[in-house]
Amino acid sequence: LALSPHTVLKMDGWMDVYICNFFVPQNQNVTHNSSLYKKPFEESFEETPLLVAVLTYMGYGILTIFGYLRDFLRHWSIEKCQVAREKEEQKDFVPLYQDFENFYTRNLYMRIRDNWNRPICSVPGAKMDLVESVSHDFNWTFEHTGRVVKDVINMGSYNYLGFAENNGACADAAIEATEKYGVGVASSRCEMGNLDIHEELERLVARFLGVESSMAFGMGFATNSMNIPALTGKGCLILSDELNHASLVLGARLAGSTIRVFKHNNMQSLEKLLRDAIAHGQPRTHRPWKKILIVVEGIYSMEGSIVRLPEVVALKKRYKAYLYLDEAHSIGALGPNGRGVVDYFGLDPKDVDIMMGTFTKSFGAAGGYIGGKKELIDYLRCHSHSALYAISMSPPVAQQIISSMKSIMGEDGTTLGADRLRQLSENTTYFRRKLREMGFIIYGNDDSPVVPMMLYMPAKIGAFGREMLKRNIGTVVVGFPATPIIESRARFCVSAAHTREMLDTALEATDEVGDLLQLKYSRREQPLPSLGWMAEESLLQD
Amino acid sequence: MNFKSFREYLSWLYYQYLLITGIYVLEPWEKSIFSSILFSAIGMVIYTSYVFVPIHVRLALEFFSGIFGGQSESTMALIN
Repeated sequence: LALSPHTVLKMDGWMDVYICNFFVPQNQNVTHNSSLYKKPFEESFEETPLLVAVLTYMGYGILTIFGYLRDFLRHWSIEKCQVAREKEEQKDFVPLYQDFENFYTRNLYMRIRDNWNRPICSVPGAKMDLVESVSHDFNWTFEHTGRVVKDVINMGSYNYLGFAENNGACADAAIEATEKYGVGVASSRCEMGNLDIHEELERLVARFLGVESSMAFGMGFATNSMNIPALTGKGCLILSDELNHASLVLGARLAGSTIRVFKHNNMQSLEKLLRDAIAHGQPRTHRPWKKILIVVEGIYSMEGSIVRLPEVVALKKRYKAYLYLDEAHSIGALGPNGRGVVDYFGLDPKDVDIMMGTFTKSFGAAGGYIGGKKELIDYLRCHSHSALYAISMSPPVAQQIISSMKSIMGEDGTTLGADRLRQLSENTTYFRRKLREMGFIIYGNDDSPVVPMMLYMPAKIGAFGREMLKRNIGTVVVGFPATPIIESRARFCVSAAHTREMLDTALEATDEVGDLLQLKYSRREQPLPSLGWMAEESLLQD
Repeated sequence: MNFKSFREYLSWLYYQYLLITGIYVLEPWEKSIFSSILFSAIGMVIYTSYVFVPIHVRLALEFFSGIFGGQSESTMALIN
């Protein structure tokens, strides 16, 4: 049922093309309101092939049966129990370790645990050194062999612009800051921890984002979880995306507001929730909501998708809600000037009420920031839990952010920042195109530097991580509970520090491992290379 | 993928069997238990089908030919 804008105008006089949107059936891959987007918005989430889904469930079923067998052996002490258990005195109380997540941790995660928490003994730049460790009792305990695996290509670190390095202008400036201020601040922002380097950083961040004022915090996770409670409370409504990060979910729950979840990146679902909220008000009393806060992320790191920001901003203006944008992965990585997802879509930063981001990913430092109007930031300086109780940012870290941000803006006198931005977008396009052509299922937007590649089967999670490490490439594999149970994936993070040769090595190894493990599930036809004169002739005949 | 020998191809097939059923992550004694149960079940299915399928097929054919063949014999008797 698709109504055109003209018929709707006559029906009830609402001068708005979103009423038309409300009735159009959902199609995630088609851009509605394409007049809001200045360039094509290409996202794809190919469906799981049916045979692969059936085999994945079968694999999990077999592993569950063996999990029960092992639990039985452990319970009857036939086998030594190396996992956490309740004490004898607690046996009559509600069991602590029987829910599925603990069952899953004991019986599946433990068996492939060597793919995570690998110790790194160098800078996590484009190449890194790993400490070699072996396990003699099937991953319950690990031992270091004493050797170091050198020059492993790092496809897992969130090092989008390559600022994670131990030499260069940023590192030198950080050393000077350490010599001037020391490393610890020993106080919170409100007490004695407000250094002049923090004020300089905040002015710079505000100028970078194009907002009136900003505030920096020592920890990115704490920025979300400690500031959302300061902004909303009882009687407010938070509309959060299905796949929001744990810090946003924790912040929303701590706030005590009502939380409603809309489908991932789905503007029809969000609009429906907004209309219901305004029409019906609070649950029992039907009073109007004090405020409605829409919480979205710039890039969702598990899917590689980019938020449909022009549509969200249009909806927010129409229904008078507030927008909280978490640009953890997109700041510095998207947009022609590296200013994030607002720059990528060419929107006005004043449309986003609260712009939050972290310095961990693209700036090679630690911490988070919130940017917005001066009144908002002044309020947060007094009322945020993080400002009152958490220790402020360490000076060398603040200096690293200042030097990297000046480099990205081009104010340090070199073209390093612009080169890195260009290199990142070229690497992203090349890497994604090549992986698609090889036949893997890749999720997400064509412009996002986070590349999730689907693995599906539980045994392939462990096999992929180990085989890539054998070929000297460090990758991150993700399974339940960070993803839905059958949709386990390997997540590549492309960096500006990767040269074309490194990407080619990584692609070759992925191709080999993909053939070995039979990971090329994609059923899309690849576009044939153009036939030149033959194609033109067929056009002429029409 | 190019396999240098037939043995390499067989070991790759065994690897696929381990990955698809999920027993790649299990300890060796668990792999042996699963494989022995699976192959004994498959062996029993093959043995049963070898012994019983021809008998069932023959009975089924007799049953169906009895319906159609028997009808034509009785009409012929009436005409005669």
